[in-house]
Order: sequence, then structure tokens, then C-alpha cells
Amino acid sequence: MIDRNDPYFWADLLDTILRGAGETFYTVGVSLLLTVLFGLAAGVLLVTTEAHGLLARPFGSRALGVALNRVLDVVVNIGRSIPFIILMILLIPFTRLLVGSFIGPTAAIVPLSIAGIPFFARLVEIGIREVPRGLVEAAQSLGATRWTILTKVLVAEAVPALALGLSTTVVGLIGYSAMVGAVGGGGLGDVAFRYGYQRYSPEYMFAVVILLILLVQLFQSLGNFAARRLSHR
Amino acid sequence: MISVSRVVKSYGSGAAQVRALDDVTMSVEKGEIFGVVGQSGAGKSTLIRTINSLEQPDSGTVHVGGRDMTKLAGRELRQARHDIGMIFQHFNLLSGRTVRANVELSLEITGAGRAQRRTRALEILELVDLHGKADAYPAQLSGGQKQRVGIARALASNPSVLLSDEATSALDPDTTRQILDLIRQLSKDLSLTVLLITHEMDVVKRICDSAAVMSQGRILEQGSVEKLLTTEKSLLGQALFPLGDIPPTSNAVVEITFTGVATDRPVIAQLARQHGIDVGILGAAVETIHGRQTGRTRLELPGDERTVSGAVADLRSQGLYVEVIK
Ligand SMILES: Nc1ncnc2c1ncn2[C@@H]1O[C@H](COP(=O)(O)OP(=O)(O)O)[C@@H](O)[C@H]1O
Ligand SMILES: [Mg+2]
Repeated sequence: MIDRNDPYFWADLLDTILRGAGETFYTVGVSLLLTVLFGLAAGVLLVTTEAHGLLARPFGSRALGVALNRVLDVVVNIGRSIPFIILMILLIPFTRLLVGSFIGPTAAIVPLSIAGIPFFARLVEIGIREVPRGLVEAAQSLGATRWTILTKVLVAEAVPALALGLSTTVVGLIGYSAMVGAVGGGGLGDVAFRYGYQRYSPEYMFAVVILLILLVQLFQSLGNFAARRLSHR
Repeated sequence: MISVSRVVKSYGSGAAQVRALDDVTMSVEKGEIFGVVGQSGAGKSTLIRTINSLEQPDSGTVHVGGRDMTKLAGRELRQARHDIGMIFQHFNLLSGRTVRANVELSLEITGAGRAQRRTRALEILELVDLHGKADAYPAQLSGGQKQRVGIARALASNPSVLLSDEATSALDPDTTRQILDLIRQLSKDLSLTVLLITHEMDVVKRICDSAAVMSQGRILEQGSVEKLLTTEKSLLGQALFPLGDIPPTSNAVVEITFTGVATDRPVIAQLARQHGIDVGILGAAVETIHGRQTGRTRLELPGDERTVSGAVADLRSQGLYVEVIK
């Protein structure tokens, strides 16, 4: 139990919360970067390696396209169907192998990214699918390369949808990060668990909850705003 | 300029197989506007898409400006496509780019520098009468304006061929006319060869020099519009000048097609006067084709065989195209 009458109680609380928030930003930030990088690639590949897709025959081989599509689809589905709490535990050996430990904010990046990538990949897939096929044909008729079509047509036209997907992903990652935090991943989840729960401090618990609500609000609004600004439909 | 030879293209397999193109041969001369008409599902889109190799035929060849498009791939194919612009029914503009940026896409693809892209985009937008809308987004434009952007994008890289897949089918009649007139004007100014496909006869009537009629993957007739109109049992002629069914009569029935020359001559009155025939008019249709009055009249000619054949010979000697129906 933390002594509420301690003259340093509020200063300590602020300190702890800020440290927790800093760790959360770090963990979520790096995870988000990896998620966007790999999720975008996976999402784009999921759509374009389908029959008649832009990359239906990568390197001239339809078999490779089919294989890529199947594998990605299965991997993404597996990633999406394992509850995060189980994924986190499953990944402990892998995390240890990768970063040397499964405790701390850096270790938390591993399960967060691995949960985030398939989640974002599906959102990217939906966004890219909404780009009318005629736009790809128009670019093809102009003599565009596949890379140009990928970047300047498919991804560029999906940007508003991607912005929305991104904010949804950030919100999801913040939620997951709290879960990792509770089992040693640091950040706000760690604060809530150790101070709020284990030491029965409603002030700590409350502060973390308020901060999380604010963060989620902020990122969701940012995403909505960006999507609206970027869309000229 | 464009020559399609014995092209076959099927979709699907087994019982569900569709022959979208069934041994199609046709040719489009340099500088002309060639229209392919046919009902939905006739294979028109498939045909036009083989021209720039968006669709690869099962067999046959497609030559554009001397290059066999069916043999090209990769870089060579992309280069060939820079010389073939295409416009679409639903415009296919990038919603996230301004009008100017949409046109510039074409130039980004051909590798033009930034300054050159800008200059050329504005220049071509001027040509399609859209310079005031350079910074607007497609969603802020009317259908006709969107198609002008489509045309500007297609022509920005200075192609010698323009393909049009139902480019006016989503537009109202007034806008359709404006866009067709623009295409006609540009084809003259830029010496473009235009291949357009449409299900609307009006399009052929308004701007085409030559035409082909397509049905179930086959070309039923093709040639210059004037020649087609004066060909016996021409589908194009019948479609352009619908005279309806022939009413029951024991007299001879003839159809006269006149292009330009005879419209202002009192042909029928003359016929009555010189041959003593009581001419009956069963139907008539007049259309302006390429700005020239063109029409078809169905006449009933009472009288014996000799009188009728004399009258027909006389009409023919005046340069009129006469078809004896019965
Ligand atoms: N990608 C495709 N897959 C299967 N069938 C197709 C495909 N494209 C066209 N077809 C079929 O080929 C025929 C001709 O189509 P299309 O060329 O689009 O006709 P049009 O443009 O004259 O309406 C139709 O029966 C159509 O269903
Ligand atoms: Mg069509």
C-alpha cells in the first residue's frame, strides 16, 4: 500500500506515470514502425498476388504468386486468430532469442509487432481492394511499370483508408502494450499492474486509465482527421 | 496504322467457354476515326484491349504502327504503350491527384522532368479547354470535365493512336456531343488515329470515318461509313435509318440512299413527272453524318416492271444508291 499522505506522493505518481508513458511510446512506436513496414508489404502482396493481380506472376512465375498468396493468407490468419495473451507467451523463447530477454520495453516490441503486422495487413488489404481496377488499367495503358502502379496508384489511392487503418492499429497496439506491460513489458500497463493493482493505489490505476483513454481518443481522432483531409473522393 | 489479323480470344474453358473474339480481322488507316459498334457483350472491349495488349489474344496478330503488339513484353511493351493513349467509360482518374497531377502521371511514366511535366500538362489542359481546373480534384468536376482530363492524360505523351472504350457512354447527350467534337478536333490537329468502340449509333454518325459492326465476337461488316450506308442490306444503314417493316403492297418497293448531293433536288417529284409514276412514300429518315445530310427513303412504285426498272435506272444515273426491296 502506498502512503497517500507522503509529501512526495503526487510527485512520485507523476514521475512513474511519465516513465511508464515514455516506455509505452517507445514500445508502441517501434512496433508501429515494424508493423507498418511489414503489414503494408503483406497487405499489398495479399491483393496483388491473386489471380489477375498486378503481381500474379512475380518473376514470371504464377506458381510463385499462388504460393506467396497462400502462405501470406495462412500466416496472417494464424496471427489474427491467436489471442494476444497466448501469442505473447508462445513468443517468449523467440523473444529471448532475438533480444536476449523477454522482460522490458524492448522485449515487448517482439510480440506487439507480430500481433500488429497481420492486423494491419488485413486493413491494408481492404484498403487496396477498394481501389477501382480501372485505375490500374489506366496506368497500364500509359505504359507504367508495376512498381509505379503499386506506389502511385494502389497505395497512393488507398492512403485515406491506410490512415484510418493506421490509427486503428495504434489503438490496438496501445491496448496490447498494456497487456505486455502487466507481465514485465514495462510501460503504462506495468504501472497499472504494479502500483494500481498490487499496491492497491486507485490514484495510480485511475491516472493510467485516464491517460490511456486520452491517448486512444487522440490517435483515433488524428486518424479520422487525416483520412478526411487526404480523401478527395 | 492499326491492323488486326485473325485474332481469337476465349475466356474460361469447357462448356463455360466464351469466344469473345472469333477470328477478327480489321484495319484502321492512319488519321481516320474508326468506330466499332455492337451490343453489350459483343466483344468490343476485348478487341480494343488487345490493341494495347491489355489483353493477349489466343492467336492472331495485332500491329500498331508496324509493331506486333502480341510479341512485345516488358520495357518494349511499355514504350509501345506510350504511343497509344486510351480513354475509358468511367474515366479512371486518380481521386487523390489534382487534374494537373493526373495529367502529369502520364509524363512521370514517360520519364519527363518536373518542369517539362508542368509545362506540358498545362499546355494539354488548355487544348481540352480545362486550364481553369488544373488544381481541382476529379470529384469536383462534371462527367464531361472528367473525360477531358482523361483525354488530356491520354494525349500528354504525344501518342499517335487514341483508343476509346465507350468514352461517352456515361455522359448525357449534350456532353457526349461536346466530347465527340473535341475528339474529332484533336484528331485533326494532332493527326491522331482514333479507334473507338461504342454501343451507340449516334457516335458513329457524328464522328466516324469508318466503322465496323460487331456481334458475338465477329465483325459482320466494316468499311467507310459512306460505303457501308450504300451497301445492300447494310446493318449500319438499317440501324442508322430505321424505316420499319415493309407494309403489304403489290407494288415494287425501293429504297434510295443519298449522301449530300441529292438532298436538295426534287427527286421524287421528278420521278412522278418523267415516268408518270404515282410515287408513294413509305418512310424516310435523314441524318447529318459528318455535317452532310444523308438519308434513306423508302418508296412504293406502282406500275409495270418496265416502268419501274426504267425509273430505277434513271435514279441510279443521278448518282443515287437504289436498293430494290421487292
Ligand atoms: N475477363 C473476362 N473473363 C471472362 N469473360 C469475359 C472477360 N472479359 C469479357 N468476357 C466475356 O467476353 C464477352 C465479350 O465481352 P466484352 O469484350 O466486354 O464485350 P463488350 O465490350 O462488347 O460489351 C462477353 O461475353 C464477356 O462476358
Ligand atoms: Mg465494353
